[in-house]
Amino acid sequence: MSSETKQILTTDGIPLEISLKKAERKNKIKAFLLVAPLLLFLIITYIFPIGEMFTRSIDDKMITNMLPKTFKSMETWDGKELPSEEVFSSFLSDFKILVEKKEHGKLAQRLNKEKNGFNTITKKLFRQVKRNKIDETQSIKEQIMKVHKRWRNVEYWQAIKRTAPPYTSAKYLKAMDMYLNEDNKITQVSEDRRIHRILWLRTVEVAFFVTVFCFLMGYPIAHLLATLPMKYSNLLMICVLLPFWTSLLVRTASWMILLQQQGVVNDFFVMIGLVADDNRPEMMYNKVGTYVAMTQILLPFMVLPLYSVMKTISPSLMRAGKSLGGTPFVAFWKVYFPLTIPGIGAGCLLVFILAIGYYITPALVGGASGTLISNQIAYHMKTTLDWSFASAMGLMLLGGVLVIYWLYNKLVGVDNIKLG
Amino acid sequence: MALPKYTETRYRIWHYFYIAICTFVFIFLIAPLFVIFPLSFNAEEFLVFSEGMKNLDPDAFSLRWYKDMVYGTKNPWGLAAKNSFIIAIFATLGSVILGTVAALGLSSRHMPFKGIIMATLISPMIVPLIISGVAIFFFMAKAGLAATHTGIVLAHIILGTPFVVITVTATLSGFDHSVTRAAASLGSNPVNTFMKVTLPLILPGVISGGLFAFVTSFDEVVVVLFLAGLENTTIPIQMWTGLREQLSPTILAVATCLIVLSTLILISAELLRRRSERLRGINR
Repeated sequence: MSSETKQILTTDGIPLEISLKKAERKNKIKAFLLVAPLLLFLIITYIFPIGEMFTRSIDDKMITNMLPKTFKSMETWDGKELPSEEVFSSFLSDFKILVEKKEHGKLAQRLNKEKNGFNTITKKLFRQVKRNKIDETQSIKEQIMKVHKRWRNVEYWQAIKRTAPPYTSAKYLKAMDMYLNEDNKITQVSEDRRIHRILWLRTVEVAFFVTVFCFLMGYPIAHLLATLPMKYSNLLMICVLLPFWTSLLVRTASWMILLQQQGVVNDFFVMIGLVADDNRPEMMYNKVGTYVAMTQILLPFMVLPLYSVMKTISPSLMRAGKSLGGTPFVAFWKVYFPLTIPGIGAGCLLVFILAIGYYITPALVGGASGTLISNQIAYHMKTTLDWSFASAMGLMLLGGVLVIYWLYNKLVGVDNIKLG
Repeated sequence: MALPKYTETRYRIWHYFYIAICTFVFIFLIAPLFVIFPLSFNAEEFLVFSEGMKNLDPDAFSLRWYKDMVYGTKNPWGLAAKNSFIIAIFATLGSVILGTVAALGLSSRHMPFKGIIMATLISPMIVPLIISGVAIFFFMAKAGLAATHTGIVLAHIILGTPFVVITVTATLSGFDHSVTRAAASLGSNPVNTFMKVTLPLILPGVISGGLFAFVTSFDEVVVVLFLAGLENTTIPIQMWTGLREQLSPTILAVATCLIVLSTLILISAELLRRRSERLRGINR
């Protein structure tokens, strides 16, 4: 077509192409305006706060703002021997301001976290300052060093210098049972204090095994539900859906009753002679309880996606496989099983991610071994009020979940997820 | 599932094994819910089946714990139930309105950046609850909404909307858009079209999304534990504290009521699902 061809015009005399684009843009804006309220709401109340968790977890500005002059004068200090008179005097003037604002306690607390022993020596210094014992016309360095012998120790001044940057990775390192030592090298904490690594491992272990158990139990019944005639499968489906709709705490409570030492499960074991009446095994407040209860609670999340995938597989495929000479096992393994992989992926992903963030059930039936990383996050949020540490652990968990999603998307594709 | 006569023995054995496994799993799934029923009518304080109960002695059963649940002075179940219902109803309303409107936009074929926006909208469902709890708590604390009903309702709207968005977009995917164009060509304005044409057709999806949102809010404990003060206690919080301190039969009475409630919800959800499938079937 030559460019001479007349453009098609609408009745208004505008070229059709432009008019169409205009209409399309209008539609786009319309669609976006419909989504906008929810999107805005979520961004403000949810997405931003998650971002805030990040700034909180690395934030260390408090002390940077408390000792501005000290850190300024420390810039030229090589950090090997005791700092110069200038550093001491600027530290004292910073400290006096803090005493006036009654914030010296906060400083002591923060420094004590960096190195044990700061609490005492800060208090001593505070008393001297309060009584105006320090004479500013004389050498301040000498006077501060006299307050307590630790002020003469270079390690304490190095600790102060380490707190200078406004951002810190300390919380993340702490969550991995590590810290930055005097030479700014990442070191592990002593072996008896490595609690977090155990919790991470235990969380992954519980989530993994619960997923495996759910798969092993969910696959057969999803298959049965998908192959039975409608009128039977609808009835059996209730067994899956009723727990699904029932409160999590109700189900946890029933497991607590079932698994207790005088509980129904133990009664049953005694009745069939598996265990002696006076030797009932402890099934609650240990890992057995956690696994059993979590598997039952999360099983519907495995069965429903599996069922919806299996429902779409035509039974004639299995028959074809068998008629072509495969034994039922071969036909199942080569024909049926590969077709259910999207369902397996969706179910396992759902169960694993729900399990990894779980804390109600393990906390109630798991006893000491039921403490998972989520419990630790809740503990620091509610009890120790170390919110930045809770944020750091939360974000590490979130990072793990996102990695799993990414892997899943590579392997199976998120579009294959189905909700019931 | 009768087997054909010619089935070999080993497959026969395998088949019965498979049936046995399935039976076991079904019992495993449903039985725990049924232990609670009889024990909540226990006349004694212990959470085990007494001799009297095993012999079906009428004296061994009583409504004592239900009375304690309603009239008991120590148990703030009344306040908790009131709070739970108020919070869940408002959270459901909020989720349904925001979620449905967003789903309408999302299923338009003109929607820009569909993938990333959808991911954002359903992210509260994907992110582990404990992390959502921390993030939402930070926001509510800053906005001065911690320990208020408003704060908890907003938090539950955040958690509930993904379900509404998913169910309504699923319903809309089978929706025949020519009916709305027909309405428009007959002179109806967009709002009128939505109320008179679109909404009745997608209503089953909207309601089942709403049911999900209701249950999410009614059963939610992780986020509420961060947000609630003494005045905002809900049924899950009371159960959580009760289960941690000591398992009392009153909790079982409450649990029984909750199971009855969830059975009702299940029935309505199932009926809605079938109706929705039928309606969409007609449209095709």
